[in-house]
Amino acid sequence: MSAPAPSLFSPEAKSLAQRLGMTLGRPNLEVFADTLLELARADARLLAVTSDSRGSGKLGPFGQALPRQIVELGIAEQNLVGVAAGLASTGRTVFAVSPACFLTARSLEQIKNDVAYSDNAVTLVGISAGVSYGALGSTHHSLHDFAALRAIHNLAIVAPADNIETREAVLAAAALRRPVYLRFGKAPLYTLPCAAPFELGRARLLRPGNDLAFLATGETVVHALLAAAHLEETSGLRCRVLSLPSVKPLDLQAVRSAAAECRAVLTVEEHMVHGGLGEAVAAVLAQGDAHPRFRIIGIPDEDTVTGSQADIFRHYGISMEGLSRAALDLLGRSAPPA
Amino acid sequence: MTDHDLALKSLAYRKGILRWIKHAGAGHTGGDLSCIDILNVLYNRILRVSPDTRLDPSRDRYIQSKGHCVEALYVVLADRGYFPESDLETLCGYQSHYVGHPTRKIPGVEQNTGALGHGLPIAVGTALGGRLDGASFRVFTLMGDGELAEGSNWEAALAAAHYRLDNLTAIVDLNTLQISGRTRDVMNHEPLAEKWASFGWAVRTVDGHDFAALTAALEKPLEPGKPSMVIARTLKGKGVSFMQDVAKWHHGVPSDDEYARALAELDAQVLSLGEAAR
Repeated sequence: MSAPAPSLFSPEAKSLAQRLGMTLGRPNLEVFADTLLELARADARLLAVTSDSRGSGKLGPFGQALPRQIVELGIAEQNLVGVAAGLASTGRTVFAVSPACFLTARSLEQIKNDVAYSDNAVTLVGISAGVSYGALGSTHHSLHDFAALRAIHNLAIVAPADNIETREAVLAAAALRRPVYLRFGKAPLYTLPCAAPFELGRARLLRPGNDLAFLATGETVVHALLAAAHLEETSGLRCRVLSLPSVKPLDLQAVRSAAAECRAVLTVEEHMVHGGLGEAVAAVLAQGDAHPRFRIIGIPDEDTVTGSQADIFRHYGISMEGLSRAALDLLGRSAPPA
Repeated sequence: MTDHDLALKSLAYRKGILRWIKHAGAGHTGGDLSCIDILNVLYNRILRVSPDTRLDPSRDRYIQSKGHCVEALYVVLADRGYFPESDLETLCGYQSHYVGHPTRKIPGVEQNTGALGHGLPIAVGTALGGRLDGASFRVFTLMGDGELAEGSNWEAALAAAHYRLDNLTAIVDLNTLQISGRTRDVMNHEPLAEKWASFGWAVRTVDGHDFAALTAALEKPLEPGKPSMVIARTLKGKGVSFMQDVAKWHHGVPSDDEYARALAELDAQVLSLGEAAR
């Protein structure tokens, strides 16, 4: 019998999530696929374009329901993006769906030129992003995508944190009719308690506080939220938690407010520490008036440790426990005795 | 428009290309001169496009994959009334939209190109979009022969045949030279016609400076159910003796003396065409 897949959450984190009233949702990838199918049913000119990625993109039901609205291009990501740009030029809403690792590296030039520079309304969907593929190794990880794509003009970069942000991001991308990159993982995620609406380019406040601000994106946000709640229970710290689904455009106002109002800022992302959300925030802080203590949590610049996504997250401190320790360390405090 | 009219137009286009490259101090002279007869036939005989209908969803599309030969495209678009030719005074200048590769900021340009191996995939997507709509427009793309070393072309070649895109015509400007020398020495792609045929394309090889042959190859899809590949055998630098078939003119800019000699040669060809018509 094989061992059960390791959990992204420790028993203590699960227990805290329960006390916070959070319930485990579905993988964002599935919510994306459902939302896309719903949109496609209402818009016959919406197309999903795949590179032998129908299954991994959870688009099987889409393909069965609307076979005329899905285009298969085989394992050829450069052509995937070029063809998607051409299809968009005929006035269609086009979602190009491919594993993030291949989509944003192999076809980077097509993204830069055919989508962003030519301004073709393609939504690029990077599936199983970050270290979602875990033990498959670094060929299948996308820890470069924020960095590579942030340096391209005319491309929004969105990493939803939960099922709600995912659905809203897909709807927003379809309505925007501009180049967008969406990034999803495939693990089931807790639904985050948040009253703030999703808006492209805006942060969402999940928890108020001024001792430290967690600025997190994508599927690391839940760990930041749990860390903030854990720190309040164990150390009495009040930590702000912001979900930043839009890595670009960044919510500058939210970042500046956090810097001005909190003693420390800690960014969290499922991306290499170079060129991602952390460095985007660092650039805002360094060029602003407020200079709180600051730390970037992500995957360091080294051979990524092997293992499942949960193993990798835990190893690099992307967990309730790891982020709590990092926050205390940044504030110059030691952890309370257990 | 007769072949004779087209021949005169091509000479005028060649003079325009040299004029604007000389003016800007930059440009891809050799390739402009090798592909200009193809552009001439496309824009004056084949493409159902006009400045007034440039955003009409039913227009034909021309996507220039060999974007570096933009001066040829600019001269033809100006002649077709998309913009005043005097706009090219700003070619490659500060804040000009007329940069050294096509962009959609210029009326009549369909896609921003310049990195090689991009035109065919976009053209495949555009043709597929038309097919899905049941639209009657055709899609054309022009590639260089050196460009065929880019792998993305062959991904797109598979897809075009897979989807039986007979509304797509790709043209290779086979001038047999690229920036470093002979294409066959840099990266041989022959036998080219057999390659495309084996990928499932209908293929015709023509003299890329023969208006009648180009017209016959381009006026309709070569074969129902297959994308069309027109391999146009051309001469790099065609029309100016000292530029012809010389790799260094890939992006050479003529000196004052070379420019005068080139114009004199082209004017002499205009004269002899006139005499031939009498």
